[in-house]
Amino acid sequence: MVKLCGHCGEQRAVLRRPKTFEQLCRECFYTALEAEVHETITAARLFRPGERVAVAASGGKDSTVLAHMLTTLNRRHGYGLDLFLLSIDEGISGYRDDSLETVKRNEAQYQIPLHVYSYKDLYGWTMDEIVSQIGTRSNCTFCGVFRRQALDRGAALVGADKIATGHNADDVAETVLLNIIRGDVPRLGRCANIITGEDSPLPRVKPFKYTYEKEIVMYAYFKRLDYFSTECIYAPFAARGFAREFVKDLEAARPRAIVDLIRSAEQFRVPGRSSSSNSSSGAKAVVLPQAGSCERCGYISSQPVCKACMLLEGLNKGLPRLGVTRTRKTHKAPAVGGPAAATAAQLAAAPAAAVDPAAADLVAPQAAGGVSTAAAPRPEPGMQRCRISSCLQAQTGAASVQQCGFCTSPQQPAVCCGSGACGGSALGSLEAGGAPEADPPAADHSAALAGPGSEGSFAYLQNKGAIASHPSARHAAQ
Amino acid sequence: MVKVRLEFSGGLDLLFGNQKAVEADIPQQSGHQLTVAEAMAWARDNLLTDRPELFMKGSSVRPGVLVLLNDTDWELCGELDALVADGDRVTFISTLHGG
Ligand SMILES: [Zn+2]
Ligand SMILES: [Zn+2]
Ligand SMILES: [Zn+2]
Repeated sequence: MVKLCGHCGEQRAVLRRPKTFEQLCRECFYTALEAEVHETITAARLFRPGERVAVAASGGKDSTVLAHMLTTLNRRHGYGLDLFLLSIDEGISGYRDDSLETVKRNEAQYQIPLHVYSYKDLYGWTMDEIVSQIGTRSNCTFCGVFRRQALDRGAALVGADKIATGHNADDVAETVLLNIIRGDVPRLGRCANIITGEDSPLPRVKPFKYTYEKEIVMYAYFKRLDYFSTECIYAPFAARGFAREFVKDLEAARPRAIVDLIRSAEQFRVPGRSSSSNSSSGAKAVVLPQAGSCERCGYISSQPVCKACMLLEGLNKGLPRLGVTRTRKTHKAPAVGGPAAATAAQLAAAPAAAVDPAAADLVAPQAAGGVSTAAAPRPEPGMQRCRISSCLQAQTGAASVQQCGFCTSPQQPAVCCGSGACGGSALGSLEAGGAPEADPPAADHSAALAGPGSEGSFAYLQNKGAIASHPSARHAAQ
Repeated sequence: MVKVRLEFSGGLDLLFGNQKAVEADIPQQSGHQLTVAEAMAWARDNLLTDRPELFMKGSSVRPGVLVLLNDTDWELCGELDALVADGDRVTFISTLHGG
């Protein structure tokens, strides 16, 4: 029952392409996939001749295949790119050590230079040291915030014009779904963009935006590319969020679903996406915080002090959790009287009570009075805030609505923890189908929250930021 | 018994006691040839050391785990019903790990 390649008709077919159901032999598969990526690169004009491009290299499958593919195409089609590998060493012994070895081999295999920057060099702390201070609960928040900046800083230090990342079609489809579920309109408007980086100093490009994960892995397998696939020891299996699982289920039922999700997101008309903010739908444009720069480190930031510097200050003062999350007992404060009993005054007061006044200048430097809600803009007319004080997401709907969709939904812990950013406990119980979390949903929700007003304006945006910053979901920010 | 080489990669090896390949003797029902479905269930029941839900979902692999029979996509060979004979190689690759 040997099937022949549907393209050349000579060799034995080795795989069925998920997007097209074509059955191809190895060589025809390589040719087809490489041609597709080349087409993506040229159609979207991802690069210009002479550009210096940092290939973000983790040693994992996507970045390994990306490095191979970009060096191949650069040579074949004369892109004229000055390519190099850029790796971040988080300082996680036994994990990053091994993946860095992989990247070093890639340097030799693809003959492009490798630059490595460590958290220790850039921030003075390794992840191992951070975890020894904070435990494993919020470490993904630190790691994600630090990693994003570290890539930008590393790229700037070696004079890159842009950063190429290995985000694939499955990643993008997952991000689209997550942003829909979170109601994160600003990100929904740009998450399917092939060039991102509005909130970074350098543009980021995704040559694999339309490339299926299955094909990337098959390509690596058949070409015997050397990649690394061990889990981060601090967030093992965190990548298996519910959205990931759902995307894979969709793909199993109908492989085109992945590219359809991406294509549909490209068609979204999101208020505030373009410069003409008066949309005919009548919806108010979403106003994002103005980009400025951090007064301490100069990194692009919507707040006087960027998130990394805030986290660092907490670490250096020996109060490492301040920039990340409030303490557990304060989560329970807002439950007093139940949501229905909450008055507007209580609503305004609850977050202030939840923040240790001594910490207020760390968490919300611009809120002089220590009342963190002062930092958040008022909801638009007709909108109100979710009454879970750890959430406070602005929401539309009738005045009788007390809680946002996240906090109301019984699935909420799973939604909050889809990326593992909450420490994975809710994810674990979802996966195992075990007992529900002992803690009220709001507690887990807030575990993923950055401090009020620490960056961005809406509490819910910070929450998304924390989730998006998880290394396994790093694309969510894009 | 059918002699099969089972391979685990892309992080699945972590679920199988860090073994990347196992030379297995898999019992078959008399009068029937071994199928990939049976080989998979046998691996789960006899070799898996951790988190079975990351390997299988229901009676098939968890979506996102690729299966190859003698280096050919199992989607070309009949998937669960594909027949496995002496000396064959079944490869399981997780796509769900790391980027
Ligand atoms: Zn062919
Ligand atoms: Zn800063
Ligand atoms: Zn809420």
